[in-house]
Amino acid sequence: MISIKAVSKWYGEFHVLKECSTAVSKGEVVVVCGPSGSGKSTLIKCVNGLEAFQQGEILVDGISVGARNTNLSKLRSRVGMVFQHFELFPHLTVMQNLTIAQCKVLRRGTQEATEKGRRLLDVVGLAVQAGKFPAQLSGGQQQRVAIARALAMDPIAMLFDEPTSALDPEMIKEVLDVMVNLAQGGMTMMVVTHEMGFAREVADRVIFMDQGQIVEDRPKPDFFKSPGTDRAQQFLSKILSHGAQT
Amino acid sequence: MYQFDWSSIPGALPYLWQGMVRTLQITGVAIVVGIVLGTLIAVARLSKSSILSNLAALYVNGLRSIPLVMVLLWFYLLVPQIISSLFGQPGVDIRLLSAFVAFALFEASYYAEIVRAGIQSVSGGQVSAGLALGMTSGQTMRLIILPQAFRRMIPLLLTQAIILFQDTSLVYVIGLAEFFGVAYNTGNRDGTLVELLLFAGAVYFAICFGASMLIRALQRKLVS
Amino acid sequence: MVTFIAGLDWNIFFQPAFDGSGTYLRFLLVGFEWTLLLSITAWILAFVVGSIVGILRTFPGKRLPGLGAVYVELFRNVPLLVQLFSWYFVLPEIVPGLGTWFKQALNPLLQQFIAAVLCLGFFTAARVAEQVRAGINSLGGGQRGAGLALGLNHLQVYRLVLLPVAYRIIIPPLTSEFLNIVKNSAVASTIGLVELSRQSQQLGEFTAHWYESFIAVTLLYGLINVTVMIASRFVERLTHLPGYVGGKK
Repeated sequence: MISIKAVSKWYGEFHVLKECSTAVSKGEVVVVCGPSGSGKSTLIKCVNGLEAFQQGEILVDGISVGARNTNLSKLRSRVGMVFQHFELFPHLTVMQNLTIAQCKVLRRGTQEATEKGRRLLDVVGLAVQAGKFPAQLSGGQQQRVAIARALAMDPIAMLFDEPTSALDPEMIKEVLDVMVNLAQGGMTMMVVTHEMGFAREVADRVIFMDQGQIVEDRPKPDFFKSPGTDRAQQFLSKILSHGAQT
Repeated sequence: MYQFDWSSIPGALPYLWQGMVRTLQITGVAIVVGIVLGTLIAVARLSKSSILSNLAALYVNGLRSIPLVMVLLWFYLLVPQIISSLFGQPGVDIRLLSAFVAFALFEASYYAEIVRAGIQSVSGGQVSAGLALGMTSGQTMRLIILPQAFRRMIPLLLTQAIILFQDTSLVYVIGLAEFFGVAYNTGNRDGTLVELLLFAGAVYFAICFGASMLIRALQRKLVS
Repeated sequence: MVTFIAGLDWNIFFQPAFDGSGTYLRFLLVGFEWTLLLSITAWILAFVVGSIVGILRTFPGKRLPGLGAVYVELFRNVPLLVQLFSWYFVLPEIVPGLGTWFKQALNPLLQQFIAAVLCLGFFTAARVAEQVRAGINSLGGGQRGAGLALGLNHLQVYRLVLLPVAYRIIIPPLTSEFLNIVKNSAVASTIGLVELSRQSQQLGEFTAHWYESFIAVTLLYGLINVTVMIASRFVERLTHLPGYVGGKK
């Protein structure tokens, strides 16, 4: 579904992605982890073209993201993205957040879009909040709405950029629960996160990135039992010990 | 001690009112055209095309570096020539038309800066979210960025409108009589210039101060 | 457009002026000099008065800040042209003694110049006051508190702690206000002062070479603008505090 081949990116002189290669098959859940500055957010933003890259190739459902004649808007409408800071549109109600892209991009009728919105709000447990504005919701609620907003476009894959990093600890679980359900329902997912519990539960593969490179890319059970590199080992032990304390 | 003679004011009130209407006409046209044109220029200034961006910057920086008096004189020179080359002899009052054009284009350059700051104050994440949903840049600007930007800019846009309202008095330099012009001419003619000037000043103060109090109240309401 | 500009008669600037003062180029430059003189003099007045009013507005309590607010509101809500005419026509009439002296003892040019300086100075002072107030307030109460806690009195806190930083912060908006004075100086043409825009109008009226006149004058205003912006950036670099907002580390 998603294929990333030898992707390199520079911000001026800074080499932020170094020949990254990996793939995500249909129905697979891939978790990308690593220290800050490792390039994981940048990599995932390259997948739907929000970030450009200078070398390599990314294919989403066979369409090349970097090619000049690719209709990026169309591609993005088929891939959902959830952001660290939720990025709900503050001037629109929850329901309007869910329907705006359906109507303006997918050209669905208002009734159809609202119906879909309502169903998805039910799925994430927020049907009551349909008429509220984002600022009236908690962080966890906003992020769940953001997930519903992405799902409303009937995406073939979902990208998550540190979806719980900006949440207070007590709200992380409600968002992760939604993501776990999504994964178990067979959605193709690429998730940048520190939440190793989530990875352990539903990930098929774990990718570890450091300083712009993909250092490890292994099936989940192997990664957790014995990471191949020292770097990954260090990272994992730090993360897991922190997780154990909370 | 100076002897104040307010007697010429009551008789002049109908003319002063006509002058005020004219002031409001110029202000109104300049606000509407100024904001619309200013928004287009601001969007152009922020666009990826360097041609558009530089043209917009040239327009804004150019108009903002010369006095309004010169802008009025310039358009009072240009507009009649353009009109006569397009339509032959002008049928309308060319002074008023020149004033409309001059103020609209001048204010657009100031509004463009306000709108640009407003757009840039909306977080970049909002753009990403819009694009990620498959919206085009145009849709994202129109549906997501501009609505948020305008909500934030309303006090500034209104304050600029008050400044514009005061600036219309400068059409004096092209011989057009709006509220201030009428007050001056009346005072000059009747020998009561002092009283008329004080009266005009008081009227402007009442309107502008009142309006700025309203804006402050609006600002408090928007924040909550 | 280029052919149009080339087709204009630029020789007009070398013709003798109608008032015998020299060439028309000299004629315009006289206006240019008056514009500069007016702007700089008015700026000094605006800076001093504006600073006082702005600082006043940051004092604790209600009465002094209130006075400052009255000043600012008064000068901000009346058009510049009305203020100018008030200084030139109204005050000499109603101020006893000084007013009569102004009307009778001074020559017209001086009357126009003084009225313009006072008008522009006090008008801009209101805007400078707002910038100074904003600059001081942006430092937060912590700086003031720290100064007082060290035993400095209020005056010292302003002089040694608040103002040195506040003025650095507001260099860009103050530059903008100076440029506003330069632009607003054109309003003085309405009372006959021989500043730049008036000279350009006169040149046009006497020679009908409007385009040449306006283009030259527009360029001169643009020149002032560019020069002041460069000077301002120089001042900023000279006075910047390493690591502070807006400067390079």
